Amino acid sequence: MSSNPSQTSAVSTDNGEVWLSGHDLFCERDDRVLFSGLNFELSPTNLVRIVGPNGAGKSTLMRILVGMSAGYEGDVRWKGEDLHRARYDFHSNLLYLGHQVGVKGNLTPEENLNWLVPEASRDEIFDALEMVKLRGYEDVLTQGLSAGQQRRVALARLFIEKKPVWILDEPFTAIDKYGVAELEQILVDKAASGGLVIVTTHHELAVDHKTIELGGQ
Amino acid sequence: MTLSALLKRDLLISFRNRGELLNPLMFFLMVASLFPLAVSPDPKFLGQIAPGVIWVGALLATLLSLDLLFKSDYEDGSLEQMLLSPQPTLLLVLVKVCVHWLVAGLPLTLIAPLLGLMLSLPDGGYAPLMLSLLLGTPILSLLGAIGAGLTVGLKKGGMLMPLLILPLYIPVLIFAASAVQTGVDGNSYIGHMAFLGSYLAMTMVIAPVAAAAALRISTAR
Repeated sequence: MSSNPSQTSAVSTDNGEVWLSGHDLFCERDDRVLFSGLNFELSPTNLVRIVGPNGAGKSTLMRILVGMSAGYEGDVRWKGEDLHRARYDFHSNLLYLGHQVGVKGNLTPEENLNWLVPEASRDEIFDALEMVKLRGYEDVLTQGLSAGQQRRVALARLFIEKKPVWILDEPFTAIDKYGVAELEQILVDKAASGGLVIVTTHHELAVDHKTIELGGQ
Repeated sequence: MTLSALLKRDLLISFRNRGELLNPLMFFLMVASLFPLAVSPDPKFLGQIAPGVIWVGALLATLLSLDLLFKSDYEDGSLEQMLLSPQPTLLLVLVKVCVHWLVAGLPLTLIAPLLGLMLSLPDGGYAPLMLSLLLGTPILSLLGAIGAGLTVGLKKGGMLMPLLILPLYIPVLIFAASAVQTGVDGNSYIGHMAFLGSYLAMTMVIAPVAAAAALRISTAR
C-alpha cells in the first residue's frame, strides 16, 4: 500500500451547526501514514460514509472520532469544543458499534439490551427484537445464535437508542441482503430526522450520502 | 448504560459462569489440603504454619481470578461500550471490583474457617483470620484491577500481571498473616487491623483512578 497522504473530499455543511469536526488530522501506524491533513465538518442530517481500501485506516479514524485512540495528531471537536474536554456531553449523545459489538455470549438478547440500553422498557426491547427478527429468541443465550443473529442483537439498539450520533463500523457484516436494505433505510431515516450517521462499509449505499475518502491510490 | 444495570449484568454473568468462579476456591482448598500431606500432619506444627499458608493461598487464589475482571469484556467489545458511556470510568471500575470481591474475595473469606480447621489453627486465630480476610481481600481486588487493566490488551500478559501487583500485595500479606499469628499467641491485633483498614481506605481512593487510566491506555489502539 502506498504511503501517500490520503485524499479527502471536502464534506460541506448544510446548515450552520457543526457537530463533529476534524482539523488537520494526521495518523500513522507502523511508520505508514494512514492519513494526513484530513479536515471535515459533520452536521446533523448528514449521512457520511468513510471509504477506503482495507488497511486505509477507516476503523482507526472511527476510533479517533469516538475518542478511543491516542495515536494521532490534530483536533477532533464536538460542537466546537475539544472532544476530550466535551467527553461527557459527546458520549451522552453517541452510539458506537465497533467490530466487536459488545454483546455478551452468556446473556440472552433481552438481557444484553437491558444493560446496553437500560432506559428502554421491556416492550420497547421486545419491539426492537421483533424488528431485527429475533422475536422468539429472547430466552436463548446469545452464544447459541448465529453470527448474523448475534450482530442483530447489537443492531436492535438502533431501534431503541435515542442518541443522535451514530458511528457504526461495518454494520452490514454478516447481515443478509434483506437486512442490509432495511438497515440502510434506518440510517437514512435517522439522518433525515436530524441525526448524524457515520458508517464504514464496503457495501455501496444506494442512497444519497457524503463520503470521507481515505487511502491514496 | 447505568451503574445499576452494569451491576445487575455482572452479577448475572457471574451466576452463569459458576464453574469458572469455583476455580479459585478449589485452588484455595487444594493448597490447604496438600500441606498436611506434604509437610507434616502434626497438629502443633500445622497450627504454626496455618496463618501463613491460608493467607498465601487466598492471595494466589485471588491472583488466579483477576482475569475474570476485564478480559471477557475486552474481547467481546463490552468494555468499549462501558468506556463510551457517559459514566465516569472510575465508578465503572468500582462496580466491577465490587462484583469481583463478591464472587471471589467473599467466598474465600467464608470458607477460610474450614481451612483453619483442616490446618488445626489454634482457637485464637479464627477471629483475626476472618477479620483480616474481610479487610484484606477487597484490597487484593482493588489493586488487582490496576494490573488487570494494564494487561487486558496483551495476548500473553499471564506472567506480567503478578509481577506488577505482587509487590503491592506484600504489605497485606505481612500484616494479615502476622495479625493471625498475634491472635494465636493471645495478643492484641488491633494495630494490624488498623494498618489493613488504612491500606484499604487508601487503595479504595487510588486504585479505581489508576485502573480507569490503565483501561483507557489499554483500549486506545
